[in-house]
Amino acid sequence: MKRFLETWGCWLLLAAGGVLILVGILRGEPGMILEKAIRVCLECIGIG
Amino acid sequence: MKQAKRRFDLRLVVQLAFTALSNGYIAGFRHGKIYQGPLKQLCLPGLNCYSCPGALGSCPIGALQAVIASRDHSMSFYVLGFLIAVGALGGRVVCGFLCPFGLVQDLLYRIPLPGRWKLRRLPGERALSWLRYAVLLVFVILLPMLAVNFIGQGDPWFCKYICPSGTLMGGVPLVLLGDGFRSAAGLLFDWKLALLAFTAVFSIAYYRPFCRFVCPLGAVYGLMNPVSLYRYRLIRERCVDCGACRKACKLGIDPVRTPNDPRCIRCGACVRACPHRAILPGLTLQRGGGGCGGKCAACGKDCARPRQ
Repeated sequence: MKRFLETWGCWLLLAAGGVLILVGILRGEPGMILEKAIRVCLECIGIG
Repeated sequence: MKQAKRRFDLRLVVQLAFTALSNGYIAGFRHGKIYQGPLKQLCLPGLNCYSCPGALGSCPIGALQAVIASRDHSMSFYVLGFLIAVGALGGRVVCGFLCPFGLVQDLLYRIPLPGRWKLRRLPGERALSWLRYAVLLVFVILLPMLAVNFIGQGDPWFCKYICPSGTLMGGVPLVLLGDGFRSAAGLLFDWKLALLAFTAVFSIAYYRPFCRFVCPLGAVYGLMNPVSLYRYRLIRERCVDCGACRKACKLGIDPVRTPNDPRCIRCGACVRACPHRAILPGLTLQRGGGGCGGKCAACGKDCARPRQ
């Protein structure tokens, strides 16, 4: 099992990551992130 | 010639170049504003505050919290997928080469101090390294998800109360550049400034304290260190257990025991220190990793000869 994960783990994770990114795009998450990121995040910088 | 080669630090060059490139919105620094273009939909691999005036992309931890804390979604598949994909490619190589706050800590650690002031180890540092998983779970996921107001909107708890990178890259420049921000800065800003100052001073004496104990991004990437496409491989036949790699590792890892330890940021110090080239970095494109891929005709073991 360890050998299998060492050999194929990265490819499985890459595939899973790709699928999740696609699902996120279909749910409109990049737009939500853009909306948040183009305004100064007052909480993030310690003001809000 | 040899000395000149030794002085050239490729990792530092990559760190500086990537930080400059990903924070290259010069107009932001000039006018005290942030970039508002479409690139902000994309996440940067390192802890790079999207409220930095120069930032051209988004911080994955900030973006993750933004989606989790929103009314519409309780998890961001987009950011999660991004983190998994980046981690699968190189594990914490991002921490070693592409993170701006990692660069800041590296530069601070270069400040010379008398030998006894440079701390190699802290009591309980192994246990403390688990703290970053608690930070990830509690401050990045659970609190933004569960501590919401009456309209279902949460706060980015990690960014708001902990992240010193946001204070350094976003808070300080904006407070210095904009009168409005300066007048709005209060107790929370003082708290974050104190955390930043503590991290900075600690980083002079101790290598990368924030990455080792607090960073939730490093925690995610570190989980994928043992299986990532780019990783280290120990050639046991070459290792004479001289301890040179152990001594060279500023993170207190023993690369002979765990060459792909979740704490390793893949700075390459152990690779350079090994006199027998027993630790090989490389892409694991086939079974056997760094070797030629076959069996040795003489001993029958996996081949230790590096690929040409």
